[in-house]
Amino acid sequence: MLPPNFEHWDAILKGLKESLEIAVLASFFGILIALPVGLLAARNLMPAWVSWSARALIAAARAFHPVIVAILFVKAIGFGAIAGIMALVVASVGFIGKLFAEAVEEISLKQLEGVRATGASFAGVIAFGVLPQVLPRFIGFSTYQFDSNVRNSTMVGVVGAGGIGAPLFVAFQRFEYDVVCAIILAIIAVVFLAEVISARVQRIFGA
Amino acid sequence: MAQAALAIRNLSKAYAPGQFVLRDLSLEVAPRGVTAIIGPSGSGKSTLIRCINRLVEPTAGAILFEGRDLTRLKGAELRRARARIGMVFQEYNLVERLTVMENVLTGRLAYVSPLKAWLRRFPPEDIERAFRLLDEVGLSGYERQRADSLSGGQRQRVGIARAIMQQPRLLLADEPTSSLDPKTSVEIMTLLRDLAAGHAIPVLVNMHDVELARRFADRIVGLAGGAIVFDGPPHALSDARLAGIYGGESWLH
Repeated sequence: MLPPNFEHWDAILKGLKESLEIAVLASFFGILIALPVGLLAARNLMPAWVSWSARALIAAARAFHPVIVAILFVKAIGFGAIAGIMALVVASVGFIGKLFAEAVEEISLKQLEGVRATGASFAGVIAFGVLPQVLPRFIGFSTYQFDSNVRNSTMVGVVGAGGIGAPLFVAFQRFEYDVVCAIILAIIAVVFLAEVISARVQRIFGA
Repeated sequence: MAQAALAIRNLSKAYAPGQFVLRDLSLEVAPRGVTAIIGPSGSGKSTLIRCINRLVEPTAGAILFEGRDLTRLKGAELRRARARIGMVFQEYNLVERLTVMENVLTGRLAYVSPLKAWLRRFPPEDIERAFRLLDEVGLSGYERQRADSLSGGQRQRVGIARAIMQQPRLLLADEPTSSLDPKTSVEIMTLLRDLAAGHAIPVLVNMHDVELARRFADRIVGLAGGAIVFDGPPHALSDARLAGIYGGESWLH
């Protein structure tokens, strides 16, 4: 196993790049979808039938481990990074949506009442009364999920959904443990990098 | 009385069936001046104020404002009516994480599209008015400060600026000084009275401080058990009348 074998560094780099692409795209679309879904799921803002539908969607998204969702997408749309992205979008919507909905349910209704009394439209109440109260937490959940997505994106490759997981799995099967070691070290480096990035983002937004 | 700014007719409210907080209450508010509502805790003061802009749903009765019955309005019509009624709250109800300026501009949300509001693209005349109002309430220079960094008195000044920013035809105030110290209370009441008079807006204010009500109101309405038991100018509010509103006399001495 030691020393790590970086002979195939170009393949490792390519796999890592694809994993990162999966993580970034999945986080982007996941966050974009989770924002409205989380708002719809908040019981203090929405009528019961809306919040329960949104909650059902979130529960379904959280029902399976990302790897199982990845297998489903690989079977549905074929091997490759797209399946990985879709699987992690589902995971992101489930996680951010749930925590965001809970954050919205904890907001101060007094502040909301102040905005509502001005005759603001529903969208105006969301923009000035709700989001200012929950945006820092939403950014916190999102950066945490980005962190998770980077880790998970290295794994969905094992089931053929793109990224560094595939070469890692192959190296295991060939008993090339020095290559395995090199890939694992590279993954650790990337995950560490992702953590630094999310810490920076959180500091910028004061989350 | 000239055409009333607000006419409440036979208003009733029960939070639970049969338990009335307001009973068949009728009240007209003149187009000028400060009307103070006093009464013991639980007498329905707050409910009455909140029924007017429908933060609380009335059970029965009519509330006439600008020729319409507020109790019948829905959706966009209700929001348009709310935009014409400013409200000042006991605990200020500012959005804590927004700046003073953003809180004052909240008073214009009813007139700005959500996208423009989100992008903070308010019309320049609104922004100018907000600066002028902040100057009038004594907070110029605080525009960029966040609401949660202000003291209670300063927050209430922002609350008043937000309400006046709506260019309302009626100003409601629900115990606006109950969270403030005595000196600040007087300052806030002075500001509220003078600003409303300057903009020709009638004020309907709930108070539990009788002395403050006597000092600032043109008319005092005493509420007990959800009904009006006194209605007259401050000098007519004798100790005997007060005992009638609050019950008992020992607390007066």
